[in-house]
Amino acid sequence: MSDASMNTTPSKAKTSLADLSDRTRRRNAAEKRFQAYGIGAIAISLFFLIVLVFSIVRSGLPAFTQTVLDVEFVLTEEQFNDAEKQLFKTKAYSGYFNDALTAQFTEAGVSVPFDAKSIERIAGKVGGTIREFYRENPDQLGQPTSFQLAASSRVDAYINGRFTRDTFTESRFLMAADLDLVDAMKTSGIIKNVFNWNFITGADSGVDNPGGAGIGASVVGSFFMMLVVLFLSLPIGVAASIYLEEFAPKNRFTDLIEVNISNLAAVPSIVFGILGLAVFIQFMHLPQSAPLVGGLVLTLMTLPTIIISTRASLQSVPPSIRDAALGIGASKMQAVFHHVLPLAMPGILTGTIIGLAQALGETAPLLLIGMVGFVARGYPEGFVNGFVEPNSAMPAQIYTWAARADASFYDKAWGGIIILLIFLLTMNIIAIILRRRFERRW
Amino acid sequence: MLDDTNLAETTVANDDIKIAARDVSVYYGDNQAIKGVDVDIADRTVTAFIGPSGCGKSTFLRCFNRMNDTIDICRVTGDIRLDGEDINAKSVDPVQLRAKVGMVFQKPNPFPKSIYDNVAYGPRIHGLAKSKADLDDIVEKSLRRGAIWDEVKDRLHAPGTGLSGGQQQRLCIARAVATEPEVLLMDEPCSALDPIATAQVEELIDELRQTYSVVIVTHSMQQAARVSQKTAFFHLGNLVEFGETTQIFTNPKDKLTESYITGRIG
Amino acid sequence: MPLLWLLLIVFAIAAFGYVLGRRRALVSANRDARHLHSLPSYYGWNVALKTIIPAVMLLLVWLLVQPIVVYNTISSSLPSDLVDSASSQGLLMSEISRVSDGLSTAVSKGVLSEELAASSSLDAETATAQLKEAGAVVTNDITAPVLSAAQDYRSATLSGRWIMALVVIIVAFAGAIFGLSQSNKDFRARNVVETVIRYLLIGAASIAILTTIGIVFSLVFNTIEFFRLYPASHFFFGLEWAPSFSGRGGSSELGVLPLLWGTLYISIVALIVAVPIGLFAAIYLSEYAGPKVRGFAKPLLEILAGIPTIVYGLFALLTVGPLLVSVFGDGGVLGVNWQGGGRAVMTAGIVMGIMLIPFVSSLSDDIINAVPQAMRDGSYGLGATKSETIKQVIIPAALPGIVGAILLAASRAIGETMIVVLGAGAAARLSLNPFEAMTTVTAKIVSQLTGDSDFASPEALVAFALGMSLFVITLGLNVFALYIVRKYREQYD
Repeated sequence: MSDASMNTTPSKAKTSLADLSDRTRRRNAAEKRFQAYGIGAIAISLFFLIVLVFSIVRSGLPAFTQTVLDVEFVLTEEQFNDAEKQLFKTKAYSGYFNDALTAQFTEAGVSVPFDAKSIERIAGKVGGTIREFYRENPDQLGQPTSFQLAASSRVDAYINGRFTRDTFTESRFLMAADLDLVDAMKTSGIIKNVFNWNFITGADSGVDNPGGAGIGASVVGSFFMMLVVLFLSLPIGVAASIYLEEFAPKNRFTDLIEVNISNLAAVPSIVFGILGLAVFIQFMHLPQSAPLVGGLVLTLMTLPTIIISTRASLQSVPPSIRDAALGIGASKMQAVFHHVLPLAMPGILTGTIIGLAQALGETAPLLLIGMVGFVARGYPEGFVNGFVEPNSAMPAQIYTWAARADASFYDKAWGGIIILLIFLLTMNIIAIILRRRFERRW
Repeated sequence: MLDDTNLAETTVANDDIKIAARDVSVYYGDNQAIKGVDVDIADRTVTAFIGPSGCGKSTFLRCFNRMNDTIDICRVTGDIRLDGEDINAKSVDPVQLRAKVGMVFQKPNPFPKSIYDNVAYGPRIHGLAKSKADLDDIVEKSLRRGAIWDEVKDRLHAPGTGLSGGQQQRLCIARAVATEPEVLLMDEPCSALDPIATAQVEELIDELRQTYSVVIVTHSMQQAARVSQKTAFFHLGNLVEFGETTQIFTNPKDKLTESYITGRIG
Repeated sequence: MPLLWLLLIVFAIAAFGYVLGRRRALVSANRDARHLHSLPSYYGWNVALKTIIPAVMLLLVWLLVQPIVVYNTISSSLPSDLVDSASSQGLLMSEISRVSDGLSTAVSKGVLSEELAASSSLDAETATAQLKEAGAVVTNDITAPVLSAAQDYRSATLSGRWIMALVVIIVAFAGAIFGLSQSNKDFRARNVVETVIRYLLIGAASIAILTTIGIVFSLVFNTIEFFRLYPASHFFFGLEWAPSFSGRGGSSELGVLPLLWGTLYISIVALIVAVPIGLFAAIYLSEYAGPKVRGFAKPLLEILAGIPTIVYGLFALLTVGPLLVSVFGDGGVLGVNWQGGGRAVMTAGIVMGIMLIPFVSSLSDDIINAVPQAMRDGSYGLGATKSETIKQVIIPAALPGIVGAILLAASRAIGETMIVVLGAGAAARLSLNPFEAMTTVTAKIVSQLTGDSDFASPEALVAFALGMSLFVITLGLNVFALYIVRKYREQYD
């Protein structure tokens, strides 16, 4: 051991432990800096999250309220008959409305000049709405009725403070004088904000009617898609995972499947949209824009995720369980289906719900198979039709609104996101509860 | 080569106390792993900690350079002094302490870098070398002291992970001595090695005693007998007996020690 | 809906067969289940599976093949002058199938009687009017030859459906009877059922392969079709992207390079945002943070990962874009005029970066945790500080894994669609200015396939070639990244 023989006593000067050398001080400073970078990175990420949530909530809440003109109105039978005899029927009704409005102003002690034109700019063609109502409910004639007439999107924007008088530009849709009228209506309590049920239950409206747009029909479309995804991807995913985890021999075919699954998990979602367009619509002639096709595409997209999480839950069941079942003479199939699968089920369900949540938020492939927002014009007739009738889905509907030129639709898009996120949050909470409640540690 | 059956030289070269531990207890969460242990570690001596697995000897060893700080749930009480200075004092930076009290681990753990960079790592972070030539010098000296220079001098820039187990462990020893520590802690340094590599490392330990105070934790009583001058026997977190290695192995005072040495418990 | 009914009938036969098969086996063993080879339910399952599987498989194949057969029969029987007068056979056929669907809609809504819809006495004019009344999508007036072809199409489809129903039910019965005939006590029902289930499991696992094949075929065929109409060299090396809107002019410039550049540029911006933040977040969480901080920050980061991309898209379009304009735009805080509109490379890149932060951090977290504790101990034992250990030991040790993670993130960024559709703009540009609007491969796939253009035109088919390029690039990145990560993991196993 000649190497070790050239021992020399360390020539270092004795130093006390308590004295921090300059170098140690510098190193500790570097340490603090480095740690600060880490905290900074976390803080930035959380800051982004907060900004995101804040802008969603702030911009989305207006979609849930609606500015309406609340007018007390009495129409006698003579007035009705009188109006129906005239040439311009709706104009007559407008006249009655304006009288009622004036009366309400005087009652509130406000006096502001207005004419039929300004009312039309603020609340649209009120005469038509009123006529429609009394034609359908003639028994209401002579009874005091309170009308809630939707204000135009510009008035809505003004009331919600999205522009002020300073930033206002006059157009034929809204004049400066109208703002006086709106203010007067506000002080006398005629204009108010009410909850917009139509946004939750309604269908998409035309490009010129942002106020009437609702997300209900697309929620239904998403629901039918999720049914397809759930009933296809859960059994197929579980079956594929059981095969790969419990039965598959180690050979090239198995390897091929494995490679395919791991690669499919990373294929961009839009490529699945192309697949859906080419195979399901062009080749198989399945109906365009149908939730069935959307569900099929999303199933193929979600399968790898579900298979990966299912395999993890199967792996977490200890082999001793299998051995115990095989030891008392159960077949391999019986051991898996009677013992392993029930034990892995909570994990499988958790993974499936998370996969479904992912599919629920997916947009791009749906656009390619025609599930764009403006298709969602109403509820499907009947359960089976729900799968094949053209419909949209929540994220695609949101995209359609975001892509429209009228900025009033942006509120709707943000509002739609709130609804979408509520669904996703619910699904994730269910998944977390499932995991907390049933997860076993072996 | 040392003869397996012979006890190591019994003369304790030095009676200077290097490390003095008083009433040291270690807790993992609510579990007390070490129960009020007093030990004096002499300078330029090999001290062996023996005992059955789970008796706390490694945990105790890790107190000497505050490696237990890196475990979140671990708490150390009591007084440990290195050359009379409290190592757990607030003013002591564990980084400086560990430069003085080096450590070699159970499994060889070379960094995934070249052999040269492995050894140069310590001197670099502590700023021990003034120049490149200086660093080269330190690396060579350390590798020589680790008794591995001849085997690696032609491939200093090959990855350290490519060496055999015994070579890796000697590289780790070289890496530890490169920072010029005063104490060298060895946590079962041979448990992952084959007999030949073990013999090489043991021989090296004996050489290192000339310069450092060495504390070695070992599973093997033979090894303790071969390399150490003083031996401490631990059982269930208690220090049962501490004395000259010859005395412990030939004439243990405690019944428990005797049972362990004769193989009745373990 | 006959299809649903058909399935219900098949399942009813199967349920019936289950009961009968079980009973028959028990009877053969003198009602003592101990004399049976398998448990009684396996005999039932044997019959049920033999009923359902052949019938449903036949049903699926029929559903796939029938439209193709009908399509080909009708299109080959079309008079040639009719094909000439229409612009293409494909357009004509889609017109015919639309009219045929319209007739069915009209019948189901009671606007048209079944007899009249099938009879030759129906003239084109009334048909047009009545289909429109029924709300069917009929673009222009239906001509007589189209109407008669549509009637043929409809009758062929309908009769095909009836034959299918009949055949499927016969097959189901035959399967049930075969299964029943096997049900006696010595039949190894369990082994047979388990073999069938095993094949079903294999079938489910093979769907992954089928999906890949489906993707490759749908991309390859349409891409070949595209290159027949548009020279490949212009596509791959063209510096200009300017599709004509008319649909079928030779005037389109469909060069992929500006799109690739946009994709690359936005991805680079995204990675510049995501990699440092994600990496430092992962390092902090795995090396410094206590259990409390980790338990709080990790789920929050995961929320960022669970947000759908459409939300990020909207965030880019409506929040980040205007914000950037107010800083870098005309009259902005900085007093520079770099950014013209909200949609820009920066907008999309930053938002995509935010989206990728949790992706990078969770991947890096896994990889950093895979570095053995012995490495850290070794470094701390030499007196290194935590940051020195991280910088000089852990990061170099984890480097291959981290590179793999970054490549996976890059592949995500390249394939991301909604953020760029909403945030990046529509103009294809080869520019270096990150505040300018640019567009990407994915955004153009969406815009070329969601318009009204004819699927046979190069303007629509180019989307498949773009999809093909996207698929090849992301697949290559993924395979490479997974290879690196796997090699890395093997090192520490």
